[in-house]
Amino acid sequence: MYQVGNLVKELSDKHGRVRESLMPILQEIVQKHNYLNDEAMVEVARELDISAAEVYGTASFYTFLDTQVKGKYVIRVCKTITCSMKGKSDIIHTIEDMLKIRVGETTTDKQFSLIETNCIGWCHKAPAILINELPYTELTPEKVSEIIKDYMQK
Amino acid sequence: MENTGLNKVDLIFEKIDNKEVLAKAFKMTKEEIIKEVLDSGLKGRGGAGFPTGMKWKFTSEEKSPEKYIVCNADEGEPGTFKDREILDRVSNKVHGGMAIAGKAIGAKKGVVYLRGEYRYMLPKLMIELTSFHKMIKEIGYDFNIEYRMGSGAYICGEESALFESIEGKRGEPRNKPPYPTVSGLFEKPTSINNVETLVTAMMIVKHGAKNFIQYGTKDSRGSKVFSVSGDTPTPGIFELELGMTVLQFVDEFGDGDTKAVQVGGASGFCVPRKKFAETIIGFEGVPTGGSMKLFNSSRSMYNVLHNYLDFFTEESCGQCTPCRVGCQQLLKGVEKVKKGEAKSTYLNELMKLADSMKIAAKCGLGQSVGNAFKSIVGNFKEEIIY
Repeated sequence: MYQVGNLVKELSDKHGRVRESLMPILQEIVQKHNYLNDEAMVEVARELDISAAEVYGTASFYTFLDTQVKGKYVIRVCKTITCSMKGKSDIIHTIEDMLKIRVGETTTDKQFSLIETNCIGWCHKAPAILINELPYTELTPEKVSEIIKDYMQK
Repeated sequence: MENTGLNKVDLIFEKIDNKEVLAKAFKMTKEEIIKEVLDSGLKGRGGAGFPTGMKWKFTSEEKSPEKYIVCNADEGEPGTFKDREILDRVSNKVHGGMAIAGKAIGAKKGVVYLRGEYRYMLPKLMIELTSFHKMIKEIGYDFNIEYRMGSGAYICGEESALFESIEGKRGEPRNKPPYPTVSGLFEKPTSINNVETLVTAMMIVKHGAKNFIQYGTKDSRGSKVFSVSGDTPTPGIFELELGMTVLQFVDEFGDGDTKAVQVGGASGFCVPRKKFAETIIGFEGVPTGGSMKLFNSSRSMYNVLHNYLDFFTEESCGQCTPCRVGCQQLLKGVEKVKKGEAKSTYLNELMKLADSMKIAAKCGLGQSVGNAFKSIVGNFKEEIIY
């Protein structure tokens, strides 16, 4: 359940109510709730005394500051050339089959979101994915299905 | 060292006594540090290759009570992963390089901008940073570093976009001039350097410029860390002396069937087999921030080009029209030609568009889309058309 509560106030106390605190505040909200909902963004705007449009405008610029509903575990599959050459599609199909969602979707229980992303810096160990902030590399369909199984049991 | 064509060097990851090197550096005057780095001929290791000594000199000459040293760790160029490895293995040398740069330009504050994709490293880096702060205090030097995170925008590797992002805004590049050395982070004089550049500069202070210029060529001094990926039996990172040809590189890293090497990532150049022998990897030939991708004859260069254009279309910040619309049109254009919806001569029009983007785009992103586009289309036209 997404409850903004005191979080924005606490983060504003921690980082300071200045414009350059905007990114760290938004990043920490996303770390906790996986995406930014309208209420959170309006609350941040109020705390920093800037317009909500400024907050949304900044957040929407950055792919990791999602403004759409995301699951507890966001799976980002690298689609840039080396991962693409080394079997990215097989990895995606495996995850899609397991979670019964397509790229861009979130499971109905809001546990997983599956998205494609640009180069995450693991080309020498392709294909690679990020689950939230953790990288998993040198994947095969078997390996990735074990990893996803582990997350399903969490 | 054997002369087999490729000289492996151990400078970036060399084990050193950090405290000793920093104590030495802090005893030098800022002029002495800048002279050493100028004499070494060191050029920025992030890709653009601006002489580091000049950047430090310009920033040091600015009169401002507040200046910044920013470490660009927003390593987003496809095929580059050396900065992560450097931060993972020798973050102390990165922090040390920042402190030395701080001494040279007169800055007391440093900021590392780390890409969001590397957030998992942050807890370890924070521990290492705490002990670093303790250490420099012991040798009586006042310098403070903080980490700021990116959030998945390639464009924030562009220096002025990076400043905007730290300031809490959309990562849209600024107009230049003014350059960062005059007006950078928070509009203060700022020297922004790549992770590897800062470590290299620290090692130049340790070993001396004379030692450094023994390696490399007149235009590309020293050694650098290469990120090797693609169709190679030995992917990974390798520190090599600059000045080798693509052929020497392929002899070492290729799988025996290399048809092309993309040097410098999506914003770099594609070198086809027939040009391997004549092309030098460095500022006199094809420059690179370290990204080296090998493609063998099983790969479609249309797919490679399409992947890069898709990347740029997504990562263009959208601020200036030449880049925003240009990327989209290049992507749509090659798709049309491939499907037979446009004549092959349409590629000539697209080549002209790539040229226009080089002139008209606001920042390095839009200006360099044409590098990959023109070198892939120019060398592999038949693969794009058929």
